[in-house]
Amino acid sequence: MEPKVWRSMGLFDDEYEKIKELMGREPNFLEVGIFAVMWSEHCSYKTSKPILRKFPTEGPQVLQGPGENAGIVDIGDELAVVFKMESHNHPSAIEPYQGAATGVGGILRDVFTMGARPVAVLDALRFGPLDEGNNKYLLSGVVAGISGYGNSIGIPTVGGDVYFHKSYSGNPLVNAMAVGLLEHKHIAKGVASGVGNPVMAVGARTGRDGIHGATFASVELSEESESQRSAVQVGDPFMEKLLMEACLELIRADIIVGIQDMGAAGLTSSSSEMASRGGSGIEMDLSLVPRRETGMTPYEIMLSESQERMLVVPKAGKEKEVEEVFTRWGLEAVVIGKVTDDGKLRLLEDGKMVAEIPVDALTDEAPVYNRPSKEPEYYQTLKSKKLDGLRLKDSVEKVLLTLLANPSVASKEWIYRQYDHQVGTNTAVIPGGDAAIIRVRGTNKGIAMTTDCNSRFVYMDPYIGGALAVIEAAQNIACVGARPLAITDCLNFGNPEKPEIFWQFEQACAGVAEACRVLDTPVTGGNVSLYNETQGRAINPTPMIGMIGLIDDLNNVLRNNFKSEGEEIYLLGELNGELAGSEYLAQWENLEAGELPELNLKAIRNRIDFLLDLNSAGHVLAAHDITEGGLTVALAEMTVDTGAILNIDTDDELKTLFGERLGRIIISVAKENRTRVESIAKAGAIPLHHLGVSGGSNLQISLNGSQCLDIPISTYRRVYERTIRDKME
Amino acid sequence: MKIGIVRFPGSNCEVDCFEAWRVLGEDPKMIWHQETSVQGYDLIVLPGGFSYGDYLRTGAIARFSPIMEDVIRFAKNGGLVWGICNGFQILTECGLLPGALLRNRELHFICGPQYLRVERDDLAYTNQYKQSDIIQIPVNHGEGNYTIDDEGLKELKANNQIVFRYVTAQGEVNDQGSPNGSRDNIAGIVNKEGNILGMMPHPERVVEEIIGGTDGRGMFLSILNHWERRMKHGA
Repeated sequence: MEPKVWRSMGLFDDEYEKIKELMGREPNFLEVGIFAVMWSEHCSYKTSKPILRKFPTEGPQVLQGPGENAGIVDIGDELAVVFKMESHNHPSAIEPYQGAATGVGGILRDVFTMGARPVAVLDALRFGPLDEGNNKYLLSGVVAGISGYGNSIGIPTVGGDVYFHKSYSGNPLVNAMAVGLLEHKHIAKGVASGVGNPVMAVGARTGRDGIHGATFASVELSEESESQRSAVQVGDPFMEKLLMEACLELIRADIIVGIQDMGAAGLTSSSSEMASRGGSGIEMDLSLVPRRETGMTPYEIMLSESQERMLVVPKAGKEKEVEEVFTRWGLEAVVIGKVTDDGKLRLLEDGKMVAEIPVDALTDEAPVYNRPSKEPEYYQTLKSKKLDGLRLKDSVEKVLLTLLANPSVASKEWIYRQYDHQVGTNTAVIPGGDAAIIRVRGTNKGIAMTTDCNSRFVYMDPYIGGALAVIEAAQNIACVGARPLAITDCLNFGNPEKPEIFWQFEQACAGVAEACRVLDTPVTGGNVSLYNETQGRAINPTPMIGMIGLIDDLNNVLRNNFKSEGEEIYLLGELNGELAGSEYLAQWENLEAGELPELNLKAIRNRIDFLLDLNSAGHVLAAHDITEGGLTVALAEMTVDTGAILNIDTDDELKTLFGERLGRIIISVAKENRTRVESIAKAGAIPLHHLGVSGGSNLQISLNGSQCLDIPISTYRRVYERTIRDKME
Repeated sequence: MKIGIVRFPGSNCEVDCFEAWRVLGEDPKMIWHQETSVQGYDLIVLPGGFSYGDYLRTGAIARFSPIMEDVIRFAKNGGLVWGICNGFQILTECGLLPGALLRNRELHFICGPQYLRVERDDLAYTNQYKQSDIIQIPVNHGEGNYTIDDEGLKELKANNQIVFRYVTAQGEVNDQGSPNGSRDNIAGIVNKEGNILGMMPHPERVVEEIIGGTDGRGMFLSILNHWERRMKHGA
């Protein structure tokens, strides 16, 4: 075989040699194609595996850790939450509507294939600045795609986060997270076992769309990417809705051994992964696969990424019952093969063998690379940048309004108003809160969920930034009154073959791991998206964190704004933030530099616990964490129905008003609880600063006795609420 | 009361309607679209969603579902038929209600809280409200822009068929109050006889405080009240 054949499929020369060795012969074209997708970064995690092994993945709450289609976490009452996040970055860069839509469709399948009914979707999105290039087009296409798919299928899109930064120009990030609920007894797995059990293809027919999607996701984007449009799959939410209902019915009927989504690398990955987990083999006759196009070759059938398809292994003799369920939903279910005991993936065409590969060779034997890592030069340069002596450059009012007019800070209502966030009638906290909450019907519990990552921090210091992404997620969960339970992640980085990028990856993951250990939020799965580069320029490293939490009593849900006059306002944490990596510094000094404050994870954990305990005792009225834009922006976000009057003593005006530092939360408490709250904080050595009281129709701030801000709510709400809408319409 | 909720392939608010009725203490039944009779029911709900994927045109395929033939017969005989969102679109598609629903003014999907003004309080669906009440019921649609020709509008008004209008928080009927550009800010209408109601907003989403409000309960309570009164008179 010509080297250009395997090279064009994305295989390295050494990898081809290894394939020959594993096969004991020259592989044919189809076999090489199968190896190429299974050994792609997207399917094999060959670069990231050594790093991912360092994540904490166990805990009493974990029912299923990494390695399955999605993670599962116990929430008591024989109920569990199934959740996972996955990227669809490259397809969305080329075809934003279908890229985002199929991202949602894919992650939903990962959740219902585990037997869970999906109850929510979240989307973490990153784009370049809205006034540059085609970023507006990408944003509106991606939002329409999420809305088009999620709304039709009837799963509420309840949250996520959106940032704009120049590093994402040309390489947007679209990370979709799905959350589902199930009873323990209905947990299904992606396993093929029981010699002689049939293997069935169910759902949509197989077409030529998405061939090589997994390989496509594992290369850098270039000018030629536009011509790879055929690698983008096309979604059909109506089909998926039927497929979901049929699959859930099937799993509850207890007639199957295993079930798996045909996602990335389609039939190839679903069959080999199911056989691998079952320690078995699979034989399939590809001429039996229902197709929607004629003349498809075995290669095309195996690599197609047509959406809304599943591979099912029923118990022997139950084929008819499977077929009946699918027919009722207007779908096809066809036997295409059987489970064997020889550990081989054997493919036939009209009864004639066209490929035979040991399953282990595709999965366990996939190469693992320990890539070289090197600290990039920029790291020390940025870190050593001195930021002392900076003074507020304009009035506090002007700075506040400018920060609120930054789309990364401004309200995302224009976006979430396009998502059906209420279908299912379980959404107890809608988008716009610190985290969303979905009630668990039949109980008084709720599942809190959020996605977070400030990639500027990660770029400046990947270890600290990675940890801060987890911290921010945990703060958001705690700010609605829920206890953090576990995370899924979507690790978006540049080309790992560059030692400086690999260093970012390694460091950021170490930070994520450490924070997860301290917070007791194990990693239950996720996805790695590498090669996020355009024309050789990498995105900011973005280890997106999707976290879920549990609130035992929905009566304790916290809001993130003050409701009435006279609420006493406190800052939990350090009074001053830092300018390093702050929005203020980026916007007013045009700098993304400085040394991030040292991490004190234990101290932050204590504050989160303090907040949750205080709330369980009924002492907290509102809570909101301080992130981009610092204290002043956080206060502006909290004053909707009523204003606030703050009197703060400080030694550094700028750092108090606009400095940023994770681990800081604003809370409000009733006047009669002041003494109690202060003494609990004192006993626990929790830093707590009294800032002022809610009331009036303005936000008023005085520093050291002199007023520096007095602005009507309506003035800044207008800017906050209109920024994105005005840019988009 | 015997309440039937029709489930088309692609419906996605049928469970929400089901649960809302249960919150009100009722025990509704699901009716699969391939069934052919709605005999014995006192109310038929056509729920929201994307029946048949909204392909061709919203509601256009659902009207040909086997069950719809009997729903139409039931409605024409005076039975209560309540179409919400996609259900409203189906009702206009099969001609039980006049007008049509076009794409929203801003051309994208909208979901969120919405103020409505109650225009009639004498219907089976609205007797627990008072005329001119301002209630908050969320909207959730891509195609909710109600349109009708001049003649049709005149007729709607003459027969007092407009039940809900989109308004601002202050109760003003204007462009600002309308989320989708509907003609005359129309959010919901009835047929002349008052037994068939179609509306874009989702009252089933606001029957419990924990999920955002209770302004929608009035509709469920109205229907139950209407039913009880009818039962008493009948007996």
